[in-house]
Amino acid sequence: MATDLHGPVNESVRHAAGQSAGAAPGAAVRVGGLVRSFDGRAVVDDLHLTVRPGEFVALLGRSGCGKSTLLRVLAGLDREIEGEVLVPRRKAVAFQAPRLMPWKRVWRNVVLGLPGRPDRGTAVRALDEVGLGHRADAWPKTLSGGEAQRASLARALVREPDLLLLDEPFGALDALTRIRAQQLVAEVWQRRGCAVLLVTHDVEEALLLADRALVMAGGRIAYETEVALPRPRDSSDPRFAALRARLLDRLGVAGAPVPPPEQPQSPAPARAHAGADENGTDTP
Amino acid sequence: MTLDQAVHGQAPPDVSAGTPARAEPCPSPELSRVIPVSGRRRSVPRWLRRAVGPVVLLVLWQVLSSTGVLPVGMLASPGTIAATGGGLVADGTLPSAMLVSLQRVAVGLLLGGVAGVALALASGLSRLGEDVIDVTVQMLRSIPWVGVIPLFIIWLGIGEAPKIALIALGVAFHLYLNVYAGIRGVDARLVEAGTSLGLSRRGLIRHVVLPGALPGAMTGLRYSLATAWLALVFGEQVNADDGLGFLMNQAREFFRTDVIVVCLAVYAILGLIADLVVRTLERLLLQWRPTFTGQ
Repeated sequence: MATDLHGPVNESVRHAAGQSAGAAPGAAVRVGGLVRSFDGRAVVDDLHLTVRPGEFVALLGRSGCGKSTLLRVLAGLDREIEGEVLVPRRKAVAFQAPRLMPWKRVWRNVVLGLPGRPDRGTAVRALDEVGLGHRADAWPKTLSGGEAQRASLARALVREPDLLLLDEPFGALDALTRIRAQQLVAEVWQRRGCAVLLVTHDVEEALLLADRALVMAGGRIAYETEVALPRPRDSSDPRFAALRARLLDRLGVAGAPVPPPEQPQSPAPARAHAGADENGTDTP
Repeated sequence: MTLDQAVHGQAPPDVSAGTPARAEPCPSPELSRVIPVSGRRRSVPRWLRRAVGPVVLLVLWQVLSSTGVLPVGMLASPGTIAATGGGLVADGTLPSAMLVSLQRVAVGLLLGGVAGVALALASGLSRLGEDVIDVTVQMLRSIPWVGVIPLFIIWLGIGEAPKIALIALGVAFHLYLNVYAGIRGVDARLVEAGTSLGLSRRGLIRHVVLPGALPGAMTGLRYSLATAWLALVFGEQVNADDGLGFLMNQAREFFRTDVIVVCLAVYAILGLIADLVVRTLERLLLQWRPTFTGQ
């Protein structure tokens, strides 16, 4: 896996991003000098970012820092921008809410928008990949939250994307479903080998899944770190805890305690959900 | 990550340290049984429950007529009305009148439906269309359509045209309003999802906007049908020489309350059938909708 051969941790981000953009043989995403303003207020302000093909990048940030705006720009949904944005033609998005068309059965939702006349088999194969083949003919209203989210993932995967954009896809799931969904995404990524950009406010989730974690603040990538931990990752690993503490610090969660590795279940757990703690309304 | 830790990470902060221990045990609360739904009801079938209201009304009416509380000159008894209805059907008056009226409704519904839906699509799907059409339609809508009957007679004469135009007018406004509202009520996040899936503008309209507007269109259809019958009654009071309204007008001349009630009953039955058609359409077309269906 691509976790152990990465370069040193880059502290100075803009500088490093500029370097890698020049040096990398190919890139799944290349963003330079991106600005996106709402009513004169720059939410994304001179942002530079390069994602390597097949790389799993987690984008962290407080709520309102512009991380979802960046994802929408990369998805091509927001084009009122300045600067240079290069993304693969084949890209797919999974949103926080599954956003299935309620008037289409699950398999028709999966193949919606595919060129030509895709058959049911195409949809069922994608649904099988997320363990939902048996619900192909169901109406979306009959799916549970986790199933709907997996259907949404299948809808993204069936497009065979070179870049998969995930906008807090686990945010609305309960804790148990979330763990399974995270495992599923990890499996799918390892099998498909596509680049993934995961927007999340959950530091733990970022560290479990990503090759590289970015922290967005002030409209740009304010901090980034390689997550050079062996997979599958263990949150009780002391290196994991150290990375988490560092990222929480960068996210502005002051005095986040680093739990001692021998007592991972101490009564004062690290506040892993920094964004949610900021306003308490991140999940609908 | 183990399951235990993940759940722990979600848990609220431990507050046990600051909370003083409870001095005495809680008294146990009074428990009440939750009665399963299947245990109750199901004694009377649904259709029978629905039939109770009309049947009670009919029986009450017959009793009042038979005892003389309700004078025959004011309102005929259900028995008399049934006999009259039978006679009108037997001599072919009622079937031919119904056929004429149904034709008028069908043509009016078709013309008004096409016009209403076309206008709603034009103003719902494009901002240019909205600017041009919506204000105009909203303005015209506030005119009571019954009030334009004299104008229609002057413009279109006293033949079929003013009657059909009246029906079409009532139908078009209801469909326009509801289809337009349906289109504009489509969840913008679904449209965005459709865009991210690579749907073209046509694809978006076909797969996202129009299906999303369907519940509104169905509501519009329901109102339209009710309005169509209403417009029919008004239209057929004007110089008609056949149709249900003509039959009623004629009966009024001869104080035949039984014939009037027969015609009213026919209107009611036709309205009921129209409602049944819409319900069936909704069951077929809107089965995806997660809505409350009553308890």
